[in-house]
Amino acid sequence: MQEIVTVIVDGIIYSAWLFIAAVGLTLIYGVMKIVNLTHGSFYALGAYAGASFTGAWIAHGYPPMLSYAVLLASAIVITLVFAPLIERGILRFMYAKEEVVILLITYALFLILEDVIKLVWGVDPYFIAEPYGLLGSFDVGEMTYPTYNLILVGIAIVAGGGLTLLLRGTRIGKLLLTVIHDPEVSRAMGINVDRFYLVTFTFGSLLAAIGGAFTAPTVSVVPGLGVEIIVLSFAVVVIGGLGSLPGAALGALIVGLVRSATIHYVPALELFVIYFVMAMVLAFRPRGLFSLAEPRKI
Amino acid sequence: MRLDTNRDRTLPILGAVLLAVIVFGPLLPKWALFLLTIAIAKGLVSLGLMLQLRAGLVSFGQALYYCIGGYTAGSLGRYFNISDMLLQMICGAFAAVFVALILGLLLARYRGIFYGLLSMALSMILYGLLAKSESLGSTDGINILPSTVFGIRPSQEWLRYVVIVTGCSVAVFATALVHRYLKTPLGRLAPAIKDNEIRVEYMGASVRQAIYVKYVIAAALSGIGGALAATAVGHIDPDMAYWTTSGEFIFITILAGTRSVAAPFLGAMIFEIIRTVAFDISPNTWQMTLGISLLLVIVFLPEGLWSLFGRRKAG
Repeated sequence: MQEIVTVIVDGIIYSAWLFIAAVGLTLIYGVMKIVNLTHGSFYALGAYAGASFTGAWIAHGYPPMLSYAVLLASAIVITLVFAPLIERGILRFMYAKEEVVILLITYALFLILEDVIKLVWGVDPYFIAEPYGLLGSFDVGEMTYPTYNLILVGIAIVAGGGLTLLLRGTRIGKLLLTVIHDPEVSRAMGINVDRFYLVTFTFGSLLAAIGGAFTAPTVSVVPGLGVEIIVLSFAVVVIGGLGSLPGAALGALIVGLVRSATIHYVPALELFVIYFVMAMVLAFRPRGLFSLAEPRKI
Repeated sequence: MRLDTNRDRTLPILGAVLLAVIVFGPLLPKWALFLLTIAIAKGLVSLGLMLQLRAGLVSFGQALYYCIGGYTAGSLGRYFNISDMLLQMICGAFAAVFVALILGLLLARYRGIFYGLLSMALSMILYGLLAKSESLGSTDGINILPSTVFGIRPSQEWLRYVVIVTGCSVAVFATALVHRYLKTPLGRLAPAIKDNEIRVEYMGASVRQAIYVKYVIAAALSGIGGALAATAVGHIDPDMAYWTTSGEFIFITILAGTRSVAAPFLGAMIFEIIRTVAFDISPNTWQMTLGISLLLVIVFLPEGLWSLFGRRKAG
């Protein structure tokens, strides 16, 4: 019993983290039809910015309880520096190209950003452990968890719930849905599609950066951080269906729980199982578990 | 796509390259021979990617077969004490083909990004398995025996030369076969599939079958490439199957273009040179150099560097 509880709690914490890291990918694909490899770069940028700003904040002796706000602020700042630059400077000229070509362009941008990170922050690892331990811990049965994990779950819920409300309940959301449905007609109707693309790209990247910033206290921030998160995020959003919000949540839950169960019972299959689930979903429901039938276009 | 038979000089060029390697090989320093060998290995994999790209398909998991080839070569040496390079390359190709014959049935139904994502998932599965299998060295990988050719073990002095001559001969042979294949009706279908699949079906050809065949050929080439890279480096590790390795191959293929079977090898050589030189000058910006080159090629030379050679086809 205890073991099952542990598996579930671990799985949920991991799912929350996965969801934050991956939901931006599905948002950007859903709106712009871009398979965005720079997502991993923004995750890494967020982690580096979070680690260095928060590190400086704590080193200056400012109140450590505010370090969570600093983590969030650093993610926002770093995204505002890079995301509009990439979208306005490069991507917007590429929208006419095929999906696969845009994928390659984001791959090139990913390579460039990898080295931008090295140039700005160097290759030495960054550590900020303070925010992780600050909140103490809570018990589930016999296991003790750092309360910090609840922040991750909270962010995941706020991000997912907020996005759903935004899309379903507001005027902006309705406009965005028309942009998704038909950018050309939306433009003809007087919707500023370019602005929606800019905001979507920035916001999607921001979610990745927040994921990175709030992961920074739990790991050592080293070069190459973004490489792994890309494939993981792909696995998550593909399982639920590219472009689907509830799909991303479901994908994160499936991957999170499956992974935590595997780690507890068959640790050797930890990596295998995630991609196995991804391949199975692609094999049987290529457009994800939440997909509808789609007519073949000539 | 210039494949007109009357002015086709591909085969003589391939022969000349092989001859040049044999003649000038002993004069080159060892590091250059190594670089060339790796370029040939990666060129083979990229040739396979090119076949798929001609039909409009981008595989983000070609590293799967590169890795299978490498690990087949490695295991032959480790468990069966077979260190013959030729045998390793042949077995690498067969192992890759065996897997591709099964996975191809599934992948031939996919297009666009789903083709890329599924192939990526499959190669990450192999990565996940290898990274956790202790008998094959986990993430550290394993070293493999120095190669022999026809039972002769070359001295340390000549090892690199023998490896490159053997590798180059096999590569030239395989490339010539691919060149012939591209002239068959099945090979010529690729651009048509890219343009309009449904018309191809109306013509009476099976798109799925054509893609299946390309997928299997690509796997064979990648298997050979993986085995060759493994013998040249003397070491294999699970990173051979990681998605960034597939990214390198895509980079090479896009850089080179799809106009000639020789293009991927030129692309691979340029890739290795950019990487070596950029890494030498500034170790922290070599990826940036690669990224910028890729961007420039996509924007300004959408048909790759090879389109710089020869006149553009009218129309």
